[in-house]
Amino acid sequence: MNAPSTSTRQGAAVPEGLRGRIGDALERPGVLGTVMLAPAILYIVAFVAVPFCIAIALSFSNATVGDPTIDSFVGLENFRAVLQQEAFVTALRNSVIVTIATVVGIVVLATIAVELLARDFRGKRLVQVLFMMPWAMPVALSAITWLWLLDSQFSPIDWLLLKVGVLGPGGPLGPAQHMYYLGREWLGLGSVVFLDIWRTLPLATIIVLAGRLSIPRERLEQAQIDGASFMRILFRIIVPALAPVLIVAILFTALLVIGEMSSVALLTRGGPGHSGQILPYWAYLKGIESGDLAQGAAISLFLFPVLAAAAIVALRFASRLHRD
Amino acid sequence: MAVLETRALMKHFGRIRAVDGIDITSGDGELLAILGPSGSGKSTLMRMVAGLEEPSSGDILVDGRSIVGIPPKHRNVAMVFQSFALYPHMNVRENIRFPLVARKVPEQEQREKVDWVTGILEIGDLLDRRPTRLSGGQMQRVALARALVRDPELFVFDEPLSSLDAQIRSQARGELRELHDRTQITTLYVTHDQLEALGLADRVAVVHNGRVQQIGSPRELYENPGNLFVAGFIGDPPMNLLNLGDTIVGARPEHLLLETDTSAEDVALNLDIEIEHLEFLGAEWLIYGAVSGGIPESERRQRVIGRLRQAEPPPMRAGEHRQFVIKNANARYFDIATGERKSTPEVALA
Amino acid sequence: MNRQARKTSFYAAVVLLVLFSFLPIIYAVITIFKKESELFTPGSNPFIYEQGATLEHLTYLFTNTQFPTFLWNSVVIGLFVVAITVLLAVPAAYALARLTGRWGESSGMAIFLVYLIPPTLLFIPLFRVVVWLNLANSIWALVVVLPTITVPFCTWLLLGFFRSVPRELDEAALLDGCSRFAAFRKVVLPQALPGIGACIVFAFSLSLSNYIYSVTFVSESASRNLSAGVPTELIRGDVYFWPSLMAATAIVAIPLGIAYGLLFDYLVRGFQSAESG
Repeated sequence: MNAPSTSTRQGAAVPEGLRGRIGDALERPGVLGTVMLAPAILYIVAFVAVPFCIAIALSFSNATVGDPTIDSFVGLENFRAVLQQEAFVTALRNSVIVTIATVVGIVVLATIAVELLARDFRGKRLVQVLFMMPWAMPVALSAITWLWLLDSQFSPIDWLLLKVGVLGPGGPLGPAQHMYYLGREWLGLGSVVFLDIWRTLPLATIIVLAGRLSIPRERLEQAQIDGASFMRILFRIIVPALAPVLIVAILFTALLVIGEMSSVALLTRGGPGHSGQILPYWAYLKGIESGDLAQGAAISLFLFPVLAAAAIVALRFASRLHRD
Repeated sequence: MAVLETRALMKHFGRIRAVDGIDITSGDGELLAILGPSGSGKSTLMRMVAGLEEPSSGDILVDGRSIVGIPPKHRNVAMVFQSFALYPHMNVRENIRFPLVARKVPEQEQREKVDWVTGILEIGDLLDRRPTRLSGGQMQRVALARALVRDPELFVFDEPLSSLDAQIRSQARGELRELHDRTQITTLYVTHDQLEALGLADRVAVVHNGRVQQIGSPRELYENPGNLFVAGFIGDPPMNLLNLGDTIVGARPEHLLLETDTSAEDVALNLDIEIEHLEFLGAEWLIYGAVSGGIPESERRQRVIGRLRQAEPPPMRAGEHRQFVIKNANARYFDIATGERKSTPEVALA
Repeated sequence: MNRQARKTSFYAAVVLLVLFSFLPIIYAVITIFKKESELFTPGSNPFIYEQGATLEHLTYLFTNTQFPTFLWNSVVIGLFVVAITVLLAVPAAYALARLTGRWGESSGMAIFLVYLIPPTLLFIPLFRVVVWLNLANSIWALVVVLPTITVPFCTWLLLGFFRSVPRELDEAALLDGCSRFAAFRKVVLPQALPGIGACIVFAFSLSLSNYIYSVTFVSESASRNLSAGVPTELIRGDVYFWPSLMAATAIVAIPLGIAYGLLFDYLVRGFQSAESG
């Protein structure tokens, strides 16, 4: 039986002309791939790679806000000046502490949150909505919320602690009536860490939850049949299976946190003195408010090798896990 | 109707030679099976014909015109994938129409063709469903419809029955053959299942290590395998291959005859077999045994399988010895070094 | 642990988690309606309205500040950034997943290397670029710059998504007569719609969230977005207009939180595909 009369039987026909030639070129995967990749690559080169090179150039110059041209090469002068300042050691130390503390806090809390959200229960929708709110706020606004919550005079937390007897005369944290969360070195840092954990937890949870849901049910059921307790299942099966995903979550979170200066800028302003300073915020203060662009760039550059090392370690680890 | 020809076709992936020189010419309107185990190069060959891979060297011609370098959309080749590759976001009708829409066929003609193809494959009641709501057999028909609707010159099937449940495979096989007879479209049928190939094809090309081992009708391949690979690959259970020093003697399981049933002349080999166990398969019995006499001492204990096409149990039991003979007409000889078929037997008997 | 105890502790943990996330917001909302006099009386109960509630701070936010402008700017910037991100990331992700061979396939994690360069390093030279483009002090400065944060992440997300679409679909489309780009457009893209949706949500939230670029590139009030505008408008020196600040926060957080919360499962699915790559 034959098909109805046809216009599709063309044999191996090839269109002619320039249009045909361009069309044929685009058929080749390499060519089309380059064309499709180009806009994103060009954009990143123009707005990330080029400014990065300018920033490096800046750090070797003596540019200031008043005279922002990069005309003279001062060698490692800026870096030396930065290293000699007391604030540098503090800022570096704090950056590291804040990052590690935040990452650890997020990993622990996210794992717990993931175990809860991986199951179905009544009211889950509502829980999801409320859980996402910290991340739904712009960073600056969440910082301001916590600024109010941790206010040195009107903090409701203090009020509660006072009522319960933890603060105030006779209390274990007293005799003062207020905690001055943001005015003390370690409490200030702790507040910054807490804020960062609070607002980044929803994102980290989603990333880890995606990995958690990909663990085949049989594996977990097998462990249950074998009689393993919840804790054992968690640590022996779930966490190892989550490892590559956790690394992604950690890496992404860490990069976000290290670069983010709004928490410190709004909560503690790096105070008291310089004790709560972190590298990015200090770079901003030096660069913009003090006007020394070159030094600001130099300070920020100190972040880069630390980040690069951490990222490479994380990537190596993750790809090795991937291969298994 | 088209004649497909490959000339010295080669494909390298780095140092791996997936296809190492293949010359095939199909008949016009023929169903040609490409049979081989995984890694044999059959999939690469198929992808080159479809235009999904470029050959490293060599040529592919359709009706005498080279199609190398021409992208798939300009070739008139239709392909049915192993997983059927139906578009999940479209319903069945849209899936079938897609090749026509892509080629900008006028609406009226589209409708005619879809109706025609729907009739042939009897999928009229599936047209509004999404692929996720189809059974395996139904998906296969839709995939066939989508391929057929373009009225292609060449069909390529990539193991189309392997995703189907075993029970419906024979029926689906029959339907495929009927479809081919009806449409007369030259078809390249790629499979690793020798039963499928033998049952469906006009001719079979056995492929291994990127080369064609033998090409011929199913019967030719079955009765006259050209080398050890073909002999061992075709037939289930496979041909018995007995190592006799510098020659290998082959005989199909059904050609292991009880001495008591056969006349003495025309006997190539007389074997004493120790029966190991018997298998009842409904229409036949399989006899598993080991050779304990009739060939040189050093070669004994090789295993053989015999086949008895009857429902009554054969007159033997495990542990017993029986004499089986292989007639000259049924014996096939292969050179041990090259694996190639030899015509004269120089067999050492004991 | 018996069944009942396990169930109770489960729900207890859920409640704790919710309180952890939500209590601060509840408190912020309470503050909005507090009377000024009550607010700044030391020792007063922060949780109840002893002197009654008031809407004056809410009204103040909308009538006496540029909050509505900031809100509008944030939305506009967000939408443009989303559009640019999608236009850049979708083709790039497809190219990496399908068209660039082996090195494209393993570039997944490498995309994150872009984030190694912290914004605090880039913002100084980026500011020069923005000035050079004549965009300083307008919302377009942010529209042009914020995709540097959204594009790598969204590309990574979409890369995983495209990888999870079986190659055979592309190939079937090619054989059916599509050009490579048409195969992408008609067959692969529709499969990736959930991923693109997740991208849109993330890109929008990342753009809304940004602080440092928003503050340094736009100093003119009328062009500022929420992140930059709200702190400067409502914090004059040492005076903090807390209730209005809290109102600003809640007005943004609550609708967005509801939106993200309802899309939660969808977002997780988006990541599942990304991570399986």
